[in-house]
Amino acid sequence: MRRGISWPALWLAIIGFGILYVPVVVMVVYSFNASRLVSVWAGFSTRWYGELMQNDQVLSALAKSLWVAVNAATLSTIFGVLIALAFVRYGNFRFRLLLSALASTPLVMPEVVTGLSLLLLFIAMEGFFGWPAGRGIDTIIIAHTTFGMCFAAVVVQSRLRDFDMSIEEAASDLGATQPYIFFSITLPIIAPAVVAAWLLAFTLSFDDLVIASFVSGPGSSTLPIVVFSKVRLGVTPEINALATIMIALVAASVIAASVIIYRNATGRAVAEEKGSQP
Amino acid sequence: MSPFIRIRNVTRRFGDVVAVDDLSLDIDRGELFCLLGASGCGKTTLLRMLAGFERADSGSIEIDGIDMAAVPPAARPVNIMFQNYALFPHMSVADNIAYGLRRAGLPKPEIAARLEELLRLVRLTGMGGRKPHQLSGGQRQRVALARALARRPKLLLLDEPLAALDKKLREDTQFELVDIQERLETTFIVVTHDQEEAMTLASRIGVMDAGRLVQVDTPRTLYDRPRNRFIADFLGTVSFLDGVVTSLDGGFVSIDGVVSVTAVDPGGFAVGDAVRMAIRPEKITLGRDPGGGVNEIPVTVEDLAFTGVATNYRVIGPDGVRLKLTQPNRRGDVAPLEWEQPGFVSFDPADIVLLRD
Repeated sequence: MRRGISWPALWLAIIGFGILYVPVVVMVVYSFNASRLVSVWAGFSTRWYGELMQNDQVLSALAKSLWVAVNAATLSTIFGVLIALAFVRYGNFRFRLLLSALASTPLVMPEVVTGLSLLLLFIAMEGFFGWPAGRGIDTIIIAHTTFGMCFAAVVVQSRLRDFDMSIEEAASDLGATQPYIFFSITLPIIAPAVVAAWLLAFTLSFDDLVIASFVSGPGSSTLPIVVFSKVRLGVTPEINALATIMIALVAASVIAASVIIYRNATGRAVAEEKGSQP
Repeated sequence: MSPFIRIRNVTRRFGDVVAVDDLSLDIDRGELFCLLGASGCGKTTLLRMLAGFERADSGSIEIDGIDMAAVPPAARPVNIMFQNYALFPHMSVADNIAYGLRRAGLPKPEIAARLEELLRLVRLTGMGGRKPHQLSGGQRQRVALARALARRPKLLLLDEPLAALDKKLREDTQFELVDIQERLETTFIVVTHDQEEAMTLASRIGVMDAGRLVQVDTPRTLYDRPRNRFIADFLGTVSFLDGVVTSLDGGFVSIDGVVSVTAVDPGGFAVGDAVRMAIRPEKITLGRDPGGGVNEIPVTVEDLAFTGVATNYRVIGPDGVRLKLTQPNRRGDVAPLEWEQPGFVSFDPADIVLLRD
């Protein structure tokens, strides 16, 4: 049954998506502007992308950002899986509710608070036992892991919750030890969620400005920090080009995560559909 | 010789609920034993205790003379086939079946040989490369069976092995299961809520209710000589009549209730005892005219249902006493009784089961 188009709903949708994406489109379009002036269109050009590739400051910031994001995402995923296992598998242990609330609070904590508190912690730690000596890439990775793992835990928990426990029991009945069960059975089955969690943590880390500004030190400016400081001197087409590349990168990982989650969900649905036939 | 499996006074509580209540049971080597009961009667808990996934709060479980209290699931000579099969979805059929063999550290050629043998046993030769989601329900059930048998357990536990199959397939699979059990001579314990399944499969059935074993017997004894009302009612259809013993006479008991009945004396009854009589539907005959024998009651047909093989009747006798009975559809039955028609039922004194509750 096809329903007729409801014009008010259509207009609302156009306005809504317009508000969301027109600025992005404008920025992407102007990144291909031949003119140095941001507001004047002077024809199509990829000149700014070329210049960006010559800009050592930007390239080194990009490399740092990728390094931070890969490390933070990996650590976040490992800790996130452990958190998820603890909450889903170990039933109703003491203070479970309190701990699960504590584990998800960083999701809604203002970034300024997270950034400031981590900065204070790092300074205090340096005072007590000399580590971390100053702030830099390592402290950014630690900071990104602290909130990234909470997001990863949420993603993995939802997958673990509908994990059929008897599958692990079957493996243990067939003589497998707990670590072997985890790597041969549990991990492959929850793999799509683990990959999605990694991509999510990567994205969060890659575009974080606020927390990184608090815990970065001299010589450890990530890409968002560089962009932000450049913008303060005026928006240049170069920045537009850089932002476009960042959008592409983030969009690619978000799409990859969605596709993995979606394909897995439909794959399972298809499998169950087939299974119901005799 | 001590029994193969010795369960002694086992109790398991979950909070306030007693899942298994001071249960004792012996099972012999090579038996196909069925634990039968409604959901929540504790049968699955008992099975999981045998597999090692639950511990007993008190009591002991011995398998082949060894106390199992401190033995983890992986080290028990026991394998379990789960109700939902619990196949590893990311592994092929062959990898599923070989999982336990690889864990046991068998050499590769032997794993391959056993795998072939198992695939042949469950008639899945050539299907080793498939993934579980590419199989039908019946095939998945057989993969689960092969995987559970791979380590050659002394005892195989099957949790509702046929529940996920449709009726036709279930009937075929029942015989296949019995066949495999007889060929391997492995002890099987099957948990089921389906009394017909239990009757078909088992050499002995233990009927469970509220964490206790109510009666343990062969299918025929359970059906023909139930110990109490619960068993009589749980296994198949039954009609009950209440009465009081009026006389004991040469191996027969006379009972007076809404109708007078003569039954074979099972012993232990005295004049004046209240009894409940149980009678199976297929042991009652229905006719248009009185035959003049013992235990004949005038009735009216209240309801009937034609099922093909037989016709199921519900009839009303004097004082509103209701009986359920089944008449096979023979060719000679030219004019079977229809709704609201009067007739006579009769039954043999030997077919009446006298119960005290």
